[in-house]
Amino acid sequence: MKLANKTPNSSLPPSEVPDEWFTWKEQDRTASEAVSRPSLSYWKDAWRRLVKNKLAMAGLVFLILLVIFAVFGPIFSPYDVNRQDLPNQYQPPSADHWFGTDSAGRDVFTRTWYGARISLFVGLMAALIDFTIGIIYGGISGYKGGRTDNMMMRIIEILYGLPYLLVVILLLVVLGPSLSTIVIALTVTGWVGMARIVRGQVLQIKNFEFILASKSFGTTTSRIIRKNLLPNTMGPIIVQMTLTVPSAIFAEAFLSFLGLGIQAPFASWGVMANDALGAILSGNWWTLFFPAFFISFTMFAFNVLGDGLQDALDPKLRK
Amino acid sequence: MLRYILKRLMIMLVTLWIIVTLTFILMVSIPGSPFNSERGTNEAVQANLEAHYNLDEPYIIQYLLYLKSIVTFDFGPSIKQPSQTVNDMLGRGFPISFELGIMTIIVAVISGVTLGVFAALKHNNVIDYLAMGFAVLGISIPNFVLATLLIQQLAVNLEIFPVARWLSPAHMILPITALATGPMAIIARLTRSTMLEVLTQDYIKMARAKGLSPWKIIIKHALKNALLPVVTIMGTLLASILTGTFVIEKIFAVPGMGKYFVESINQRDYPVIMGTTVFYSSFLIIMLFLVDIAYGILDPRIKIHKKGGE
Amino acid sequence: MDTILEVKNLHVTFSTYGGTIKAVRGVDFHLNKGETLAIVGESGCGKSVTSNAIMRLIPDPPGKITNGTIVFKDKDLTALPEKTMRSIRGVDISMIFQDPMTALNPTLTIGTQLMEGVRQHHRITSDQAKSKALEMMHLVGIPNPTERLKQYPHQFSGGMRQRIVIAMALICEPELLIADEPTTALDVTIQAQILELFDEIQEATGVSIILITHDLGVVAKIADRIAVMYAGKIIEVGTKREIFYDPQHPYTKGLLKSVPRLDVTGEKLVPIDGTPPDLFSPPKGCPFTARCPFAMEVCDKVYPVTTEQSDTHKVDCWLQDERAKQLLAASAIKQ
Repeated sequence: MKLANKTPNSSLPPSEVPDEWFTWKEQDRTASEAVSRPSLSYWKDAWRRLVKNKLAMAGLVFLILLVIFAVFGPIFSPYDVNRQDLPNQYQPPSADHWFGTDSAGRDVFTRTWYGARISLFVGLMAALIDFTIGIIYGGISGYKGGRTDNMMMRIIEILYGLPYLLVVILLLVVLGPSLSTIVIALTVTGWVGMARIVRGQVLQIKNFEFILASKSFGTTTSRIIRKNLLPNTMGPIIVQMTLTVPSAIFAEAFLSFLGLGIQAPFASWGVMANDALGAILSGNWWTLFFPAFFISFTMFAFNVLGDGLQDALDPKLRK
Repeated sequence: MLRYILKRLMIMLVTLWIIVTLTFILMVSIPGSPFNSERGTNEAVQANLEAHYNLDEPYIIQYLLYLKSIVTFDFGPSIKQPSQTVNDMLGRGFPISFELGIMTIIVAVISGVTLGVFAALKHNNVIDYLAMGFAVLGISIPNFVLATLLIQQLAVNLEIFPVARWLSPAHMILPITALATGPMAIIARLTRSTMLEVLTQDYIKMARAKGLSPWKIIIKHALKNALLPVVTIMGTLLASILTGTFVIEKIFAVPGMGKYFVESINQRDYPVIMGTTVFYSSFLIIMLFLVDIAYGILDPRIKIHKKGGE
Repeated sequence: MDTILEVKNLHVTFSTYGGTIKAVRGVDFHLNKGETLAIVGESGCGKSVTSNAIMRLIPDPPGKITNGTIVFKDKDLTALPEKTMRSIRGVDISMIFQDPMTALNPTLTIGTQLMEGVRQHHRITSDQAKSKALEMMHLVGIPNPTERLKQYPHQFSGGMRQRIVIAMALICEPELLIADEPTTALDVTIQAQILELFDEIQEATGVSIILITHDLGVVAKIADRIAVMYAGKIIEVGTKREIFYDPQHPYTKGLLKSVPRLDVTGEKLVPIDGTPPDLFSPPKGCPFTARCPFAMEVCDKVYPVTTEQSDTHKVDCWLQDERAKQLLAASAIKQ
């Protein structure tokens, strides 16, 4: 036998390899089988990935601060939300009035946090009600299957075709504007998307063979729910909830801006923006800027948080 | 394909019927509506309403007559402006709103798709991050906020564009920008994500293995597939653009249908509210139907799916 | 025999967040005109990366050819500008992918996809392109080609789609065809038909084929020579006869023992224990050491030199060293 003259780099020529290396090697078979990466629980893993997403974390921090200010901001303000002070109208931002005053001399800083309360309330209530109705409707539809499912899905398909904001406007015209009517109007058609997602998830669960498999191994029900069901189904539902909030906040602001939502003099960001419309021509920018900034950034924060959650919770992307 | 169209058509008709009936029920149930006998309007209006809605008849007859008037496209008189009918207002306002809406869609689709495609091709590059940051902002800033900011900055402070009205192309730039930014951002994000998915497909690799040039691959193989999901959300986007015209027309004093609609809401001019809602809903539902059909034509797979799967 | 392709010392790496994956680590092989070379190995051994490297279709970033040459008809493909490479792809070298379900664009007709290749590279009218497409459909055995050209991929079965993919690859009459797992996604009966088609096509056109597969059954049917890949290296290469009847590397032996054979009766199937090494930090010695039943101390420390069993049969294994043979003999006596 002859040696080939090609030698792979990084290797000694055979003549320089010491003879004593030619002995059988003790093999540790288990070593190559061992899994090197520690297995993280689903929620821990998702949280780890969410924390890495800087934009989503920035959104989360903004929202936490917003909630704190919405709750405590007005308490520490010396001004009343709706008290008019005409001699002091259109004061630019100063030490007395941090965000300035509006056309009626009301303190914009105080009104901004009242507006935050309303926006957050509307957003969270809409998400919660959507979630409840969606879980029930979608759950029944997916669980029953067959003709019931077919019927329920046809209804959804039809409701889906209804122009959402037009229906809401119509309802508000009829019911008269108030905070609770806004929430009702928003959820009358809003739950459809959630119901679709829940149904899809339930159908998926029904087909999971591994659930049967875990049962046959004697795994407890709560463990199955925690380890198998929730990670596989909650992701899309949580993301949908996160994205419902900004669209509800937008809708409230939009309707208030049209004069259909919260009524002046009560403060909502939409009302404040509407009041400020005349002011922009006269250069009193702060009356518009602060509500506009907070509407936009709250929606922005929820959107990036929703995006971040979507990436973090999708088990298929897990690597 | 025919079966698919018929099924969509059925759904469309049912949806139309629901919105029309819902409108009637709601209008009957509020005080001060044309259907309610305790209204305090003047003589001329009273006569108009009586004539149009046959208020002496029972509700069921009123309902049927109302259905008939809608099928014949007759939305009745206005309460606040007795000399006008809802049809007059629609005839005057709708063409302007339509013009605004169409231009908005064109701008949104072209810029959104371009932005999305570039972001996908420069994936994880600075261009990608900038484009997507811009898109999230675009989704987050409500159109009425953007509109007021645009007026304040570009019209009042810098005086580049006229503040309001709908007279020349220069008047159109700000309203269209304000209205198109949101849909553009949504299209850009969707285009980017589907484009990224499509670009990893084997048929793209196959096209490269055939020696096709990169641009040919993008335009012929990637773009069409990436745009299919964009077509599916066109219906939703149309609806949001249409409702967007209400505020945009209000802010920019554009004499379109949206402005009449908002005024009628503030004045509780119920026949106008009702007529406009029914008209706009029908318009949107028909658009949604057309979008569905377009999708069926664009995606050759759908024919089989619907035949075999349903 | 003329050599059509010569790959020397090919290195391909992928940069990821977790570090650099050394997917191909110094691969040498050649391909003669008109022959079929099978590259065999487990998934992740670098065989697909090697074939993509020849086509220069490795996504960059993250992938990169860091070293080596790929000489095709006296041209080093690694040094060609992308534009020249494009005129080679599809014309001189073609490729077939694993899954015919995804290799065809669902929204374009078969005809469009067949013809765009020829029309890209040759100045011909659409009628000429069409008759060329029909000719190819006929060659790969698709009935009613005229009507079928107007149809979309979803209207074809998996086997038919793979035939179309093959027709697409052959339409510019390439000299080299790279088939990456061409039968893996197909039913067993369809597999046999497609393999037969390869044979027929090779006879009709004289095309050279590189067949990437993990399926030794496929190899036994159509390969002339076989290269066995493990952890980014070719560890043994030889003619079909040499590899099947005189395998030298313990990994090749293991592979052969792990598949059923019709010509050897009464034999047990033995799986190879363990998993391939992590290519983030490949071992400096022989990568198979950890799974090898004949591992010696030297195997971990130094990569073995290539030894030649014959002009065509080469193997990278320390067991070929005289001292190892003495050790084997000594152990045999002890037992």
